[in-house]
Amino acid sequence: MISREDVANLAKLARIDMSDDELDHLASELSVILDAVARVQEVANSDVPPTSHPIPMTNVFRIDENRPSLSPEDALSGAPASEGQRFKVPQILGEE
Amino acid sequence: MIVNKSAIEMSQLLKDGEISSVDLTKAHLERIDEVDGQVKAFLYVDREGALAQAQLVDTKRKSGEKLSPLAGVPLALKDVMTQRGIPTTCGSKMLEGWRPPYDSTVVTRLRSSDVVILGKTNCDEFAMGSSTENSAYFPTRNPWDLNRIPGGSGGGSSASLAAYEAPLAIGTDTGGSIRQPAAVTGTVGVKPTYGGVSRYGLVAFSSSLDQAGPCARTVLDAAYLHEAIAGYDPLDSTSINAPVPPIVAAAKDGNVKGMKIGVIKELQGDGYQPGVLKLFNQSLEELANLGAEIVEVSCKYFDYALAAYYLIAPSECSSNLARFDAMRYGLRIGEGSAESVMNSTRAAGFGKEVKRRIILGTYALSSGYYDAYYGSAQKVRTLISQDFKAAFEKADVLVSPTAPTTAFKIGEKSNDPIAMYLNDIATIPTNLAGVCGMSLPSGLAEEDGLPAGFQIMAGAMKDDRLYKVGAALENALVKKWGGGILEQAPRLGIK
Amino acid sequence: MGFTYETLLTKYEPVLGLEVHVELGTKSKMFCGCSTVFGAEPNTQTCPVCLGLPGSLPVVNEKAIEYTIAIGLALNCTIAPYSRFARKNYFYPDMPKNFQTSQYDEPICSNGFLDISIETDAGTKDFRIEIERVHMEEDTGKSLHMGGATGRIHGADYSLLDYNRAGIPLVEIVTKPIVGTGKYAPEVARAYVAELRDILRALGVSDVKMEQGSLRCDANVSLRPIGESKFGTRSETKNVNSLRSVERAVRSEMLRHGSLLDEGRRVIQETRHFHENTGETTAGRSKEQAEDYRYFPEPDLAPVTPSKDFIEKIRSSLPEKPSTRRKRLQENWQVPDKEMAAMINADVLDLVAATVELGADPTRARGWWLGEIARLANEREVSAGELPITPKDVSEIVQLIDSGELTDKLARQVVEGVINGEGRPKEIIANRGIKVVSDDSALLSAIEKAIAAQPDIAEKVRGGHIPAAGALIGAVMKETKGQADAAKVRELLLRHLGQG
Ligand SMILES: [Mg+2]
Ligand SMILES: [Zn+2]
Repeated sequence: MISREDVANLAKLARIDMSDDELDHLASELSVILDAVARVQEVANSDVPPTSHPIPMTNVFRIDENRPSLSPEDALSGAPASEGQRFKVPQILGEE
Repeated sequence: MIVNKSAIEMSQLLKDGEISSVDLTKAHLERIDEVDGQVKAFLYVDREGALAQAQLVDTKRKSGEKLSPLAGVPLALKDVMTQRGIPTTCGSKMLEGWRPPYDSTVVTRLRSSDVVILGKTNCDEFAMGSSTENSAYFPTRNPWDLNRIPGGSGGGSSASLAAYEAPLAIGTDTGGSIRQPAAVTGTVGVKPTYGGVSRYGLVAFSSSLDQAGPCARTVLDAAYLHEAIAGYDPLDSTSINAPVPPIVAAAKDGNVKGMKIGVIKELQGDGYQPGVLKLFNQSLEELANLGAEIVEVSCKYFDYALAAYYLIAPSECSSNLARFDAMRYGLRIGEGSAESVMNSTRAAGFGKEVKRRIILGTYALSSGYYDAYYGSAQKVRTLISQDFKAAFEKADVLVSPTAPTTAFKIGEKSNDPIAMYLNDIATIPTNLAGVCGMSLPSGLAEEDGLPAGFQIMAGAMKDDRLYKVGAALENALVKKWGGGILEQAPRLGIK
Repeated sequence: MGFTYETLLTKYEPVLGLEVHVELGTKSKMFCGCSTVFGAEPNTQTCPVCLGLPGSLPVVNEKAIEYTIAIGLALNCTIAPYSRFARKNYFYPDMPKNFQTSQYDEPICSNGFLDISIETDAGTKDFRIEIERVHMEEDTGKSLHMGGATGRIHGADYSLLDYNRAGIPLVEIVTKPIVGTGKYAPEVARAYVAELRDILRALGVSDVKMEQGSLRCDANVSLRPIGESKFGTRSETKNVNSLRSVERAVRSEMLRHGSLLDEGRRVIQETRHFHENTGETTAGRSKEQAEDYRYFPEPDLAPVTPSKDFIEKIRSSLPEKPSTRRKRLQENWQVPDKEMAAMINADVLDLVAATVELGADPTRARGWWLGEIARLANEREVSAGELPITPKDVSEIVQLIDSGELTDKLARQVVEGVINGEGRPKEIIANRGIKVVSDDSALLSAIEKAIAAQPDIAEKVRGGHIPAAGALIGAVMKETKGQADAAKVRELLLRHLGQG
C-alpha cells in the first residue's frame, strides 16, 4: 500500500505539483501497480546477480581531444529566457 | 499509384529514371494532405526540407554520383529523434516548439544515405504507452479502422506506413513500441539488438531498454533501412563496436531449411485472442512446410518480465526526464522561485501516464525500496537473459505472437493502466535481454478482420536471422494471400 | 565570550572529515569534447552533452580515468578492478540533467592514506590521514545571482547560468574520520590539503588553483566529549578556497560547536559557508533530513575495469612524492628543520627549488623568498606565489649581487619594482637608474665629508677602535643613497684612517 502522503513526498522529490485529487488517484493506482510488480521479489534471490546493462561491455572511452562546441546562439536557442549570453532563470532558493 | 509500392520498388524506379525523387516526395506529400486529416500520423510535415533534400538527390543522381539503395526514398521519423532545426516534441507539451540544435546519429546516417525525411510522426508522450493515445496533441488512428488504436508508442510511424503516407519509418522500441504497432497495423517492425543502432539523439525514455529501428511494409524494405542506420557510433557508449550482420543478404535469402524455430511456451494461451493464436499457428505451419524444424522451449522467468519492466523503465525514466525543468529549453510555466517554476512546469507539461511512471520510478529507486523493487527487477533481468541463452541453445530463433490481441478501440483501455501494460507482454523480454526482435503480419484475425503480428526473436547481433525467417514467412504468406496484407486494408482517401 | 579554544579542548575532541574536489586538467570535458579552458565567454564551451539536451549521451574521457587512477595510486589506494558510474538524482538549475553522473558504491579508488607532518610545541609531528575513496564525477555550471543587494543567492531576483564549467571532470577525494589531532586539528586540515595539492600538482593532473576553484575543500567538523566513542553532530563547511581559510574555518567551527554544546544547545547538521572577511561561517542548507539521491548505475556508461598492466603503467610513471622530494631538497640544501618548515608554511618551497635550479645559491634563494618577498606578499595579503615575481627574476637578482652590479639594498628596490609590475629586473635597473657607486673618488669625497661631520668618531677609529667605523660607513651609504658597495666603503674608509 502506498499512501497519499507517500505520493505527495514522491511528487516533491520529482518536482511535480499535484492537486489533492491527483494525489488520491495516484495513491490508489500506484498501490495496484506496485502490488502487481512486487512479484519480482519472488525470484530475486541473493545468488542472482543484477543486470544494469543488457549487453555487457567495459572500458568504453574516448580520447581526450576537443570537438567543436555549439555556437552560443545554438546553445541558447531553446532557452525560455536569456541575458548576456547566459540562461536566465528564476531566483534559486536553497544554498545560503 | 506510386505510394503503394515498396521502398525498394521506388528505389528501382528512381534508379531507372522513371520518376524523380522530387515527384516521389510530392506524391507522398499529396497523400499526406489527402489522408492525414483522418489518420493523424504526423505531428509535423517538413515540406520544404523534404523537397529540398529530394532536389539534392536528383541533382546528385543526374551528375552520375553513386548513391545508396534508399537515396531519394521518403521516410517518416518518430518524433523522439532529434533533427536539427525541426520541431521535436516527443508527443509532449513539455517540448512544444523546441527545435534541437543537433542531429541524432540516425538522422545523420539517413542523410548520408540521401533518404528524404518527410516529417515527424506522432507517438505516446516520451514513448510511454501502447496506443498513441498518450500523445499530448492527438491520438493517431489505425488505418484499418479509424476508431481503433494504431499501437504504441510508435503509432504514428506504423500508421503512416499502413496509410501509404511513407514507405519507410523510424521507430523506437523500449518494450515493444516498434513491434506492437507493426502487428496491429499489418506492417513490419524490427527492434535491433541493443547497441546495434545508435541512441545518440533518441530522447531517452529508458536508457537500458531503448532501441531505434526500422519500420516498413516489407521485410526487405526494413532490411535496407536497418543497414542504413545500424553500426558503431562513438557518440553512444553502449553502441556495439562490431560489423553489422548481413541483414539485406539474409532478407534476400529467406531460406529456413534446417533452421530450428523455438516456440516459447509462456507466450501463448491465456490472455491471447484466439484468432491471433490461430494465425500464429498457421504461420508456424508455413515455416515447417518450408523445412524449418519447430521445437518448443520454455522460458519460465518470462512471467516476471512485465513486472521487471514496469520497475526498470519507470526508474530510468524518472531520472531521464528530470532534465525537463523549464530552465534551459522547453516549456516554462508559473512564477516565483526556480523550484516553484520547475514544479508547476512539470505539472503542466507532463501528461498523466508520464507522471504516473515518474512517480513509480521515483518510488522504486528511493532509499529503503531500491533493493525490493529496482534491485529485484535487475535480478529478474538476469534470469530472463539466462532463459534466452538456454533457449537459443535449442533454437536459432524464438517465436511468439507479437501482441496478445488485435487493435482495440480508442479509449477502451485508457483508464486501466494494467490492462494497457499487458499489450507488451510478449515484446518486453527482448528489451530486457537486449536481444533483437521483429514483427511481421501473420494475417487477419477471424473475429474482427484486423491484422495480427508474428514475432521472431534472435540473439544479440544475430539480427540477420530475423530477416531470414521473416522473409521466408512473408514470401509464403504473400503467396497464399495473393498480395501484401495491406491490399486488404480499407482504401483510405480513395474516392 | 568566556569560551576559549583551550577550554574547548579540555572537554571535547575534534573529529574532521575532509572532502576535496579537484578539477582535472584534461583538454576536454568528462563526457564530451568541449574545452575546459578557464575564463571563456559564457556558454561558448557547451554542446548537447554538457547542456544535457534531450537525446544526448555521455562518453567517458580516458585521460580522466588515467588521472584518477594516478591520484589513487599516489594516495596509496586500492584500484578497483571493476567500478561503475552512478546517477545522483537531485534538482538544481546549475546541473543540466538534474542528475550528476558520479560514483556511488563502486568508486575507482578506495582505502588509501596520506602522511603529513605539522610543527607542534613539541617539534615536528606526523599524522596519517586515511582516505576513504577517490571517485570521478562532473562539475556543475556557474550561476550569477542578479538583483538584490549583495549579488548573493539570498535576495536575488533571478539568476544567470553559464554552463562552460558543466561537465568538467572532477575527482572527489574523501577522508575517513580524522581523530586524534586534538588542538592541532586546524593545522592538520591545512597540512592535509596542502600536501594533497602538492601531490596533485606533482602528478600534473590539475592546476590546483584554489582561488579559481579548481581545488575546493569541504570541511566536516564535529566534536565529541572526551572519553566517548560516538561522534557528535557534524557541520559541513563548503568550498573553502584557500589553505589559510581551511585552517580558520576548522578552528571557527570547533569554537562554534564548542560554545553551542557548552550552553547546552545542539549542533544542527547543515552546510556552512565560510566568510574570509569575518573568519566565521554562516548557516547554509539543512541536512537534518537526509536527501534521497536515488542513486542507480548509469545505464548510458559501461563499467570501468582497468587491467593490471594499465594500472602498473600508470604506477611506473608516477613522479617523485612531494615528501620524498622535500627530504631530498633539505639534504641537498643543508637546511635545518625549522627553516624547511618555514618554507613549506609560506608555500615557497617550489619557488625556492626553481630559483636554485636556475643557478642561485640555496641559502640566498631561500633568504629572498622567505625574507623581502614574503614581507611584501604579507603587506599585500597574498601568497608569494601570487606576486608577479618569478624564480627567474630572483636568480637573476642574486647573480647581479654576486657580480657586484647590485648591493643588497639596491636589490630590494629591484624586487619591489618587479612586484609593482614595473617589468623584469634589468628593465627596472635601467628605468630607475639604479647603479652601484664604485667610483673611488666619489666615494672618497663622501668619506671625507663623513669624517668632517663626525671627527670624534674618526679619531676613535684612528686609535684602533674599528667597530666605531660603522657609524661612518652608515653616513657614507646615506650620502650615496645606498648605491655604494658597503664592503668597498669600509675598505676605503679604514685605509683612509690608517687602519687598512
Ligand atoms: Mg560529489
Ligand atoms: Zn560539451
